[in-house]
Amino acid sequence: MAEAASVAAESLAGSRARAARTVLGQVVLPGEELLLPEQEDAEGPGGAVERPLSLNAGARSRVRVVCGPGLRRCGDRLLVTKCGRLRHKEPGSGSGGGVYWVDSQQKRYVPVKGDHVIGIVTAKSGDIFKVDVGGSEPASLSYLSFEGATKRNRPNVQVGDLIYGQFVVANKDMEPEMVCIDSCGRANGMGVIGQDGLLFKVTLGLIRKLLAPDCEIIQEVGKLYPLEIVFGMNGRIWVKAKTIQQTLILANILEACEHMTSDQRKQIFSRLAES
Amino acid sequence: MAAERKTKLSKNLLRMKFMQRGLDSETKKQLEEEEKKIISEEHWYLDLPELKEKESFIIEEQSFLLCEDLLYGRMSFRGFNPEVEKLMLQMNAKHKAEEVEDETVELDVSDEEMARRYETLVGTIGKKFARKRDHANYEEDENGDIKPIKARKMFLKPQD
Repeated sequence: MAEAASVAAESLAGSRARAARTVLGQVVLPGEELLLPEQEDAEGPGGAVERPLSLNAGARSRVRVVCGPGLRRCGDRLLVTKCGRLRHKEPGSGSGGGVYWVDSQQKRYVPVKGDHVIGIVTAKSGDIFKVDVGGSEPASLSYLSFEGATKRNRPNVQVGDLIYGQFVVANKDMEPEMVCIDSCGRANGMGVIGQDGLLFKVTLGLIRKLLAPDCEIIQEVGKLYPLEIVFGMNGRIWVKAKTIQQTLILANILEACEHMTSDQRKQIFSRLAES
Repeated sequence: MAAERKTKLSKNLLRMKFMQRGLDSETKKQLEEEEKKIISEEHWYLDLPELKEKESFIIEEQSFLLCEDLLYGRMSFRGFNPEVEKLMLQMNAKHKAEEVEDETVELDVSDEEMARRYETLVGTIGKKFARKRDHANYEEDENGDIKPIKARKMFLKPQD
């Protein structure tokens, strides 16, 4: 990692903008500029040496590109804002340039619209609850945004309860706002998370790793014993099993598996299966 | 001396309608230009650089959900919480089911069948747009399909 970072730093100093296609899977640094495929063509292959701000967009083919977390659009340019590996996903259907994003490691959560998170109710003031989600400020949650809630029929939410919800408002200028219903008014698993269980925090990268569709860890864990897990995109995991011991084992596995190779993981799971 | 003495008419007088007829083209142009200048000077405009807002082709999206096809965040295994298990199946099967549906939709009517069906329609629709005189040129075959008669009626030259 350190080597890769130094290489990235060198190339950053040498040339100002690199083509996004050539650095896929490599480390990018904040402040770096990336060129999209269609911009490369306009610049020519040696265009990275000195890059004047070309604005003749007429000649350029208009391909819609989505820049995900870690990237930022600045006029016509694409800038990196986080340190990590550059990733790309081909467009699912039709035309378009696909999605570019930076796969970064971080612990601090920044609320993003649409994310499902686990929050802790910290205050109850009139019509809204204040929910701590690990962001820079607590999110607000209206008492009406629960399934089946009306003005008369208030949801039973106490201070200290865990809430699994979704952001509907999340931007840098406003207080984040959560809801516990989807657009159809159904809970879909959101709301107050049941009694007991254990809440712990992990890095945001681990959450994404565990939620990936082909994650072996979760498949293995699911075979051990009856259990329930809730993952919040804000780095919080809530686990519950039949006994306290099982719950603790589960939490330890999930915490430890971040920096383990698949062989090490297999060993641990086989040892657990024996006991 | 007389030429110098010739009095010049004032501009305001020259601009009057009845004076326009006698004016020569040069003075006319001069007057018009002056008038334009006055008008353009009186116009108000914002002293701002032109806005260069173009349609951007980069869309910002700060959520990992779109990038990494993440699963639904609630899970239950081996019957610990049957409700959540049902929900899991429902939420995680969503994108898989969509793909399967697309395929079946495509297989519903093949291109060949479509072409075969439209083949018979050509005559029917053609008749609709034909003029009354041309209606006779369409005939119904044994299937009830309407087809244009290939040979058009022509003038036959009588033989001597």
